[in-house]
Amino acid sequence: MSTLPLTRSARRGATGGRRGATWARRLGIAAVVAYCLAPFYWMVVSSLRRPGDQFSNAPLPAPVSFDNYMSAFDAKNGFGQALVNSLVVAGITTAVTLVVGIFAGYALARLHFRGKTLILTLIIAASMFPPIILVVPLLRLFTDIAWINTYQAMIIPSMSFALPLAVWNLTAFFRQMPTELEKAAQVDGCTPAQAFRKVVLPLAAPGVFTTAILVFICAWNEFLIAISVVNDRQMMTANVILSLFTGQYKYDQPFGTQMAAGVVVTLPLVVAVLFFQRRIVDGLTAGGLK
Amino acid sequence: MSVITPTPGRTVRPSRPARTSRRAGTGGLAAALLSPTLLVLGLVIGYPVVAALRLSFQVSSEGIDPSTGFVATTTHYGTGNYAAVFSDDRLLRPWWNTTSFALASVTLEVLIGVCMALVMHRAFRGRAFVRAAVLVPWAIPTAISGILWKWIFNSQGVANSLLDTQVLWSSDGFHAWLAVVIADTWKTAPFVGLLVLAGLQIIPGELYEAARVDGASAWRAFWRITLPLVRPALVVAVLFRLLDVLRMFDLPYILVGPRKHSVETLSMSAFNEMTNLRFGSAAAYATVLFVYIAVVALAFVKLFGADLLGRGTRSEP
Repeated sequence: MSTLPLTRSARRGATGGRRGATWARRLGIAAVVAYCLAPFYWMVVSSLRRPGDQFSNAPLPAPVSFDNYMSAFDAKNGFGQALVNSLVVAGITTAVTLVVGIFAGYALARLHFRGKTLILTLIIAASMFPPIILVVPLLRLFTDIAWINTYQAMIIPSMSFALPLAVWNLTAFFRQMPTELEKAAQVDGCTPAQAFRKVVLPLAAPGVFTTAILVFICAWNEFLIAISVVNDRQMMTANVILSLFTGQYKYDQPFGTQMAAGVVVTLPLVVAVLFFQRRIVDGLTAGGLK
Repeated sequence: MSVITPTPGRTVRPSRPARTSRRAGTGGLAAALLSPTLLVLGLVIGYPVVAALRLSFQVSSEGIDPSTGFVATTTHYGTGNYAAVFSDDRLLRPWWNTTSFALASVTLEVLIGVCMALVMHRAFRGRAFVRAAVLVPWAIPTAISGILWKWIFNSQGVANSLLDTQVLWSSDGFHAWLAVVIADTWKTAPFVGLLVLAGLQIIPGELYEAARVDGASAWRAFWRITLPLVRPALVVAVLFRLLDVLRMFDLPYILVGPRKHSVETLSMSAFNEMTNLRFGSAAAYATVLFVYIAVVALAFVKLFGADLLGRGTRSEP
């Protein structure tokens, strides 16, 4: 910390060429940030315009108005209920996935047994399945057993992408943990199962937390399953209902309202990303899966 | 400290003979720990895939039941669904859309992603903020980004205003295709950038110093050091992106709409058949897509040697 001003002043004293490189890098960083945030910025700006100014392309909303947010939560849209549905589906998917996946992650990272490579291959192959091949037969099955418009019809198929992601990430995290502690616990007379419960699990909490964020975001973003197995507006998730918003007239798409609802759906994720960016990046690059 | 400990550590290592019995114990434990995951995956992936395969060979035909005189649906097993799917251009068009999306998007994403990673590589102030900004496109749900880009590409939207054009982006045709490519590239190039950045960060700095001492230019160092060493990370990123674009559904479905000639992907064709309750035909489309993705994945791994498992099992320092 204290050395930072010193090195910076040292760099400032460097040749003009190096200073030019520093500026080029700053410019590059600014370009990266602009690339990533400009469309999101446009969503926020559009949502804060008055409905009458919808087609204004000014970079700032002239009078800031929350009318779009009011109409997004208008009762006819059912957006509030949709948010609750999204929360229930993504939340339960995350919880169940973690409970199931944590054991598999530990076994794959720590135990030596035959067929481990095969199981790892199966799990990574599972994450590459096109969801449509799962949805087609499941929709038929769910129709037969009257599961259409239920939470479980969305939660169970969501496990198909959530579980491989969770297992893969947890495996990477368990791998990174030092083995000495478990060995010490076993020397002290713990069985492997006890060592897992009493020593590994508490230490793995940060990894479990990161995995939970990743899985939750992926489950929250799911669209194909949710639009396939639900046709009752009461049960639709936020993503699905947002794509079905209608304006006053049938053919005018209420973009302002949709942008406002989009900001509401995205904001929790953006806040999570701001707080946990370090963990999320670690998880994404360790897991390598989307 | 680190000089002294290894020597006694090596001699006092836990006795070897005990290991076989321990392994027998861990085998049972491993089975117990893995069975819930394997059971769930079997139920949510294994069963539906088999069911879809079966469904794709189930041909339904409507006819008049001679005994009752009513219209009745009869099903038999056959290759009728595939014959229908493979006839005329019902398959060719979505197949080409799927493939061209994959080629165009992944190429752009790799180019932009590598540039982003190179820019973000050196330490700088505000790193946390930049990293959060880079994650924003990844975190926005695809469905929401589809609506957002539909708004940007609206005929009176900001894209036409900035470019000073009057293009109907999201109707159909080449512009709709391009809009999907742009929206997908925006959303996922930062993700590629992050994976490449992780690969860059494990390259030891001494290599670059040695290259500089030897008089190599920055450009040469990039081609001879950076690119070969970041290749494993890049190959995995490209594979994941490729397989992800091949199953694309949300973005063209929302940004342009269903049943649009120029952007309909194989997933969308299957979905369309499914919503019209032609399950056999839908399953045939889905199976074709599934086989296509499997072939591409296998070919890619064979050609570029993507070390997928190494990433999961490698122990980090």
